[in-house]
Amino acid sequence: MAAAESYPDDLKYHEEHDWARIEGDEAVLGITWFAADALGELVHYEAPAQGTTVTKDSSYGEVESVKAVSDLIAPLSGEVIEVNQKVVDAPETINEDPYGEGWLVRIRLADASEVDSLLDLAAYKLVLADQ
Amino acid sequence: MKLIYERSQPGRRASAIPRPEGLARAEVPEELRRTEPPRLPEVPEFELVRHFTELSSRNFGVDTGFYPLGSCTMKYNPRINERLVGLPGFAFLHPLQEEEGAQGALELEWRLQEILTEVTGLDAVSLQPAAGSQGEITGLMLVRAYFADRGELEQRRKVVIPDTAHGTNPASVTMTGFELTPVKTDPRGNVDVDDLRGKVDENTAALMLTNPSTLGLFDENIEEIEKIFHGAGALMYYDGANLNAVCGISRPGDMGFDIVHINLHKTFSQPHGGGGPGGGPVAVRKMLEPFLPVPAVVRKADGTFGLDYDRPKSIGKVRGFTGPFGVFVRSYAYMRMYGPQLRDMSEAAVLNANYVLARLKGAYDLLFDRLCMHEFVLSARNLKRDHNATALDVAKRLMDYGFHPPTVYFPLIVPEALMIEPTETETKETLDAFCEAMLAIAREAAEDVQLLKDAPHDRPVRRLDEVRAAKNPVVKYGFESHPVLEAEHTPA
Amino acid sequence: MTHPFLALTDRDREEMLRTIGVSSVDELFRDLPEGVRFRRALDLEPALSEQELSAHLAELAGRNADTTHELSFLGAGIYDHYVPAVVDTVLQRGEFLTAYTPYQPEMSQGVLQSIFEYQTAICELTGMDVSNASGYDGETVTADACYIVKHATGKTKVVVTEATNPQVRQVIKTYAPGFGLEIVEVPHRGGTTDPDDVRRAAEGAAAVIFQQPNFFGCLEPAPELAAAAADAEALAVAHVDPLSLGVLEAPGRYGCAIALGEGQAAGNLMSYGGPHYGFLAARQEFIRRMPGRIVGETVDIAGERGYVLTLQTREQHIRREKATSNITTNQTLLALGGLVYLTWLGPQGLREVGEACLDLAELAKQRLQERGLELVFPDRPTFKEFAVRVGRNARDVVRDARAQGVHPGYALGRDYEGMDDVLLVAVTEKRTPAEIDRLAEVLAEVAA
Repeated sequence: MAAAESYPDDLKYHEEHDWARIEGDEAVLGITWFAADALGELVHYEAPAQGTTVTKDSSYGEVESVKAVSDLIAPLSGEVIEVNQKVVDAPETINEDPYGEGWLVRIRLADASEVDSLLDLAAYKLVLADQ
Repeated sequence: MKLIYERSQPGRRASAIPRPEGLARAEVPEELRRTEPPRLPEVPEFELVRHFTELSSRNFGVDTGFYPLGSCTMKYNPRINERLVGLPGFAFLHPLQEEEGAQGALELEWRLQEILTEVTGLDAVSLQPAAGSQGEITGLMLVRAYFADRGELEQRRKVVIPDTAHGTNPASVTMTGFELTPVKTDPRGNVDVDDLRGKVDENTAALMLTNPSTLGLFDENIEEIEKIFHGAGALMYYDGANLNAVCGISRPGDMGFDIVHINLHKTFSQPHGGGGPGGGPVAVRKMLEPFLPVPAVVRKADGTFGLDYDRPKSIGKVRGFTGPFGVFVRSYAYMRMYGPQLRDMSEAAVLNANYVLARLKGAYDLLFDRLCMHEFVLSARNLKRDHNATALDVAKRLMDYGFHPPTVYFPLIVPEALMIEPTETETKETLDAFCEAMLAIAREAAEDVQLLKDAPHDRPVRRLDEVRAAKNPVVKYGFESHPVLEAEHTPA
Repeated sequence: MTHPFLALTDRDREEMLRTIGVSSVDELFRDLPEGVRFRRALDLEPALSEQELSAHLAELAGRNADTTHELSFLGAGIYDHYVPAVVDTVLQRGEFLTAYTPYQPEMSQGVLQSIFEYQTAICELTGMDVSNASGYDGETVTADACYIVKHATGKTKVVVTEATNPQVRQVIKTYAPGFGLEIVEVPHRGGTTDPDDVRRAAEGAAAVIFQQPNFFGCLEPAPELAAAAADAEALAVAHVDPLSLGVLEAPGRYGCAIALGEGQAAGNLMSYGGPHYGFLAARQEFIRRMPGRIVGETVDIAGERGYVLTLQTREQHIRREKATSNITTNQTLLALGGLVYLTWLGPQGLREVGEACLDLAELAKQRLQERGLELVFPDRPTFKEFAVRVGRNARDVVRDARAQGVHPGYALGRDYEGMDDVLLVAVTEKRTPAEIDRLAEVLAEVAA
């Protein structure tokens, strides 16, 4: 069952519909409800390998539904320290719980100042209004 | 319905392979020998025929009924062509036969090339590519070779493609090592010339364009576009998927295009065969001729036909031999049954499409309100907004009315797109019946949308769980370990 | 005007123009700038009726020396195998012949299920886990494999044996620059390829491509070639003859990652080179990198088993510039011919055809040697083809043999240095001992 539409206010957002939860010098990344809804039920998560360097605004992996494939855009730069195996095994977890169980990777931040360039909830909602 | 493997019983067979009496047996060295035989079906001939006959009854072709798939040109496939392709002089001819022993085949290819130069308004043709996609790759390789020859390849990396383009275009760009520059479509459905001007410069290699576009609209600014690209020293590539609209009416060469691929399985009636075969010959302007694939099919001074391998600037070879010859036979035959009346073919295609558009545009949304060419794109977004009925639902409900659905969800710039191409091989009564069905479905969406949601009702299968097929792909029969699937997943 | 493929009457036209709201057909083209309007008639010969067309094409066909007019031992990638009547019975059914790609599965279960059955047959022949629904031909599927291995390994070199079909090598070299790949060839030694040569050449390579049986008809030490590739951390790609796979081991059983080839020998008429089908199969781990369509099994909402195109996100219509290939139209009808043929054969029939080819070719080798002709690679086991020296320019020998009604084989000189006097002779199950004797007789006469 897909989750109802929501956007937590304690997250940072990227205009390509990705979110980041900052936890000290680490961040957990995922995609928002809007992205998951647009793709439809997800069937595949092409995750980066542990230790991979991710670069802000670049792709770090892909998710696929039956009818579409989408790059995962990194909101922040860093090193992948953990991949959510639960989503690899059951990609529909993203649709069910995009901000909780549906997290995609945990990274160690390369440059904490990048967080300032991300959108807060209000700014992301403006992006959504334009879609 | 059973798979052929499920109809199989050990010990049965359809074949009898003759073996000459007393023929000595040779041995394959042990380390190379087959250990386990392949589990091919074991059925007698009559079971084979029943099985495939039953399969065919679960399928829908142009022979069955109206098939308005946009950009596919599902027109009638003349039966005489099947007889001609089976003539022993064609069917049993080896492609490496000596030229003297293949004069009929070579002449047919040469004549087909000549017809294509006249229809496209260009100078030279290679028949080699096996499909439109392969024609595209060939065309882009020609672009590479041309600029490499002029020492400009390093600088010219970009190929411009409109956002309405068929997905093969960007895929071809990547496969030939170029970079994609997208250009927008304007509110009239033309390429946005202002957006284009800023994107074309000395780093541009080529434009890839279909005209009319996948919206079914002729680009009104084509002359301006030609000036922009040729002015920057770039080339223009024409995707011939929509040629059915303009044969004898407007030629890609006259529009300014330097390279054209033609889809023989669209405009020139090679049957689609469930997905192929096709043919994607390329026609080029004179300056590109030296780069065409090798061998070239030529008429020699003495009037005989031959294969010319002496093409030092050729890009090489994209497909075996001279190309899919059986496809050439059918297309050549088709063209000879029209001659200059190919123009009437295109006029009828455009008339049919405009008629259906005129009857349907009240009930569905139309983003670009212009006369169309051989196809047009409607949007079901009004049905989605008002009744939560999608283009997919409309497509499935059309099946209940006995029609094959049109193309859906393409081009990408039209939401809930329905791309409809009737072709010229349909009577007015068929077109009217299709329009009645589409209008009825729009009414049903308002009155009883569940009829659409539950459709189709009468096909061999109902809506299929594509999510499951993608998540846990089962792509071959597993014999004893074949999974037994149960319906557990409700599709979205 | 009337035409058998057009239905518009004057009345139709009037009513339709009225509904559209224009006064003439010409007005429908009003958006076309005058500068691009083609105002004269197409300069083409007048339309032919079906009867006239038949006469014209019969005349063209009559000027071709096909195998009903000439005893032929020509092979080199395309073969004169027996195609049973049931193939045409199935391919001529309008529901298959005139159908499109099965994007709407409820309308296309016939095509979808037949592709699923075809995929199964290819996997069975090759010992692989996944097959696509076909590629254009044996040459381009090899180019497809180069694209797969490049993206799977990140390496930009591909090794191919010189004993692989020259057209295959030429096609992959045509695609290579666009793919960003370097193609390196390993020469043959005495008609086959040395695994040590492969091991050395494959350092840093994404894959090694070899052909089995190879272009000379010789049996390569295939398991050792695959092992040599593995030693160099390269993937092994086997280009195989489908009709050899009843007697030769499946590539999936001796360490290959990908198996592919030209399908023509299995169920298609020669037809001057096409259309035919290329088959491409791989181990499970490459499933998401496969180009072309793949059919998967699933269920519908009522629990009925059904078939759909699956993993479509690999393909151009979704993934666009990042697609595994740009292929759209493939060779489905010809692959269906392959499936019907393989079903007709069955596993016993496949083995018997393979044995017939093997044994008749051995007989031919013997007969030719008895007449004083020399085999080029006498110590190498072969399948259905072999190379023989004819003592003078092989193309002249072909011409002189044809004057006696026999096409003796392919002159290898155009493709291989030092082989101007070599013929590649193909012997299929359609040849009889009497025909082989005739070949020997004629060649003895025209060879030097």
